[in-house]
Amino acid sequence: MKLARTDLKAIAEKTIEYMHLRGLPEDHPEGPYKKAVIICRGTGCTSSQSDKIMERFQTLIAADKNESSIEVVRTGCFGLCEAGPVVIVHPGGTFYSHVKVDDADIIYREHLIGDQPVKKLIYPDAVLEDGILPYSEVPFTMNQKRVALRNCGHIDPERIEEYLAHGGYQALEKVLFDMTPEAVIAEVTASGLRGLGGGGFPTGRKWQFTAANPGPEKYVVCNADEGDPGAFMDRSILEGDPHTVIEAMIIAGYAIGAAQGFIYIRAEYPIAVQRLEIAIRQAEDAGLLGDRILGSDFSFRLELRLGAGAFVCGEETALIASIEGNRGMPRNKPPFPANSGLWGKPTLINNVETYANIPVILMNGAASFRQTGTEKSPGTKVFALGGKIKNVGLVEVPMGTTLRQVVYDIGGGIPNGKAFKAVQTGGPSGGCIGAEKLDTPIDFDSLKAIGSMMGSGGMIVMDEDNCMVDVARFYMDFITDESCGKCTPCREGTKRMLEILERICDGKGEKSDIDRLESLAVTAQQASLCALGQTAANPVLSTLKTFRDEYDAHINEKRCPAGVCTSLISFFITDACIGCTKCARNCPVSCIAGTVKERHVIDRDACIRCGICQDVCPVNAVIRK
Amino acid sequence: MAVTFDPNEHKEALSEFAATLDRLRGRRGVLMQALHEAQSRFGHIPPYVQELISDALDIPVSMIYGVITFYARFTLEPTGRCEIGVCLGTACYVKGSARLIEDIEKALGIKPGQTTEDGSFTLTATRCVGACGLAPVVTVNQDVHGRMKREEMKKLLAFLKKEYADMAAEVAQ
Repeated sequence: MKLARTDLKAIAEKTIEYMHLRGLPEDHPEGPYKKAVIICRGTGCTSSQSDKIMERFQTLIAADKNESSIEVVRTGCFGLCEAGPVVIVHPGGTFYSHVKVDDADIIYREHLIGDQPVKKLIYPDAVLEDGILPYSEVPFTMNQKRVALRNCGHIDPERIEEYLAHGGYQALEKVLFDMTPEAVIAEVTASGLRGLGGGGFPTGRKWQFTAANPGPEKYVVCNADEGDPGAFMDRSILEGDPHTVIEAMIIAGYAIGAAQGFIYIRAEYPIAVQRLEIAIRQAEDAGLLGDRILGSDFSFRLELRLGAGAFVCGEETALIASIEGNRGMPRNKPPFPANSGLWGKPTLINNVETYANIPVILMNGAASFRQTGTEKSPGTKVFALGGKIKNVGLVEVPMGTTLRQVVYDIGGGIPNGKAFKAVQTGGPSGGCIGAEKLDTPIDFDSLKAIGSMMGSGGMIVMDEDNCMVDVARFYMDFITDESCGKCTPCREGTKRMLEILERICDGKGEKSDIDRLESLAVTAQQASLCALGQTAANPVLSTLKTFRDEYDAHINEKRCPAGVCTSLISFFITDACIGCTKCARNCPVSCIAGTVKERHVIDRDACIRCGICQDVCPVNAVIRK
Repeated sequence: MAVTFDPNEHKEALSEFAATLDRLRGRRGVLMQALHEAQSRFGHIPPYVQELISDALDIPVSMIYGVITFYARFTLEPTGRCEIGVCLGTACYVKGSARLIEDIEKALGIKPGQTTEDGSFTLTATRCVGACGLAPVVTVNQDVHGRMKREEMKKLLAFLKKEYADMAAEVAQ
């Protein structure tokens, strides 16, 4: 059914009635349900069987004919992927972590029917001596501010009504009927929003440039080609709240005068693709996409385009080439896409997270948006926190929050009592930040000043067991593989840098290698065609700056302090050995000798350094040096 | 292994694919869509299919070949019945996924990107699958195995080897 302007609020009000238990946007204590079970169906939790858990709950509820009093809701990512699969029970927001399929029976019987939360299944940090903390008050959630992720974990992403109930498409209504395109652009400009895909270019200016070009053929593109390894912000937004991106793109179309949009998304994200397809279809059915949207004079269409596994397609000119059906190779700028983009027409390209902020800005105003964040980087940023950190997951914090707060207050610090070594931001284009810089506030300019970059939002924490030379080698290997080969500094420069880094990790590094690396890095930085090559050396330069001692140890002493680089380590059995013979039995080359109940010895010449002995030792007596 | 694509064995898939091509005909920028469709239908994009696409979309085969070889998800040769992917995204890498790959290489005798002689297994070093909370991640066809340890990998491989050896034997008959 095509909706008219007035239908939006009516549907929202009708829908909110049954969302009464979920606590947002406002508490509605009255309603049809007595309990609500919220199940995360993001990629992480679904991979650990949250789909089966959901089915189990539905089966149990159906068997007792309790469908009218207990609702089961599928949502996007809650954020704390480490605790997945995550199940939350309302009222109360009881937070169950690492739920197994069989646990559904216990939660159903004891909590949903018996009204007694199942303490042993609750997320440990939420259990206090004198009570249970709701999900919204555990330390991980408490220290965040969710704007782009405002609906993730609260609404069913496959139901447009629930998005409407959370104020969805109201910004669009306001824009179409009460604002001129110029006023929309002015508001976005005033908000100070900057490109959250990593570049940090002022969004309002981008809109202005594209709008200034004569039409009629223009395009709006959403860059959802989230290629940074270890980053899953955009995926989570699209999986948890796809309509927000659609709404923002329609608004952008209205503002710049475009009638057609494309979302370019990675094919590696099947759930996000599926949810987007559903959301687009729903929006079309509701008349929110198509001709004369909500009865206005504005028409807009949206299509999905799938990437095919090429990192460089995250670069906007390469992305355009890929949508056109060509090899995804970047080209020189200018002309910028705002002047000549898709099929040579003016094209506006923004990233998923940037779009996710647009409805909020237009609904609440630029001034309200600016209350969060810093003067030059207003608003929030979503990070995918991963690696050696306790609370792996998705976090959204105000700009200006320090790295330390993210790593320790929200991330919960380093697990297993290990020491923090570095945090990597910006993926293959970013840098490694050492412990001494942990108090740097997170914003576009501060991160750049310390040799890293905001990037799309991947944040990987490394501990004492990670070798920084090996990390630099890892990123260079990635870049070499993903370089499109169009320009020489990137194609050849990254390969030569990789060869040098491999040599160093292999114990064959020479003193002059550092100078060679630096010279190649500067050349690639200054002479490459696109950002991929220009930033390719950042992981090398930043590790050289902060962890020079590790490079020196590899080169001069032929030693890998972290014990990662295979050629430079040897295994050794300490006094702690209890002589259980497990290592000797598991060694693939039988190089461990020893009798039962006596300390074993490794023949270092025969050892192939596979590390299996260390893995199987029950008393941690095998160490690597 | 050299595989020839026999259109007679794929009659049904080919007629469905022809319908897709009809739908895409005359529209611009649809080559990638056609290639995605071909890849998922045939498991690879053989010259025969490239020519079909070329005729339907009026794009030279040389250009189609260029696009196929540019993107990691398009392949010219068929992948194994069981595709084992080890995520080499940063989160998985710092948690030791490189060692998992080494173990699989040894167990199957293939390097990433290769397929075993009998066509059972393909090993791929995948880009970030975005399940960083489960690092290190190994995928087996569509299934995701999270928080993998070397010991578990060993068991999983033993299980898969047996399962697909039976299947390969059936195919051979």
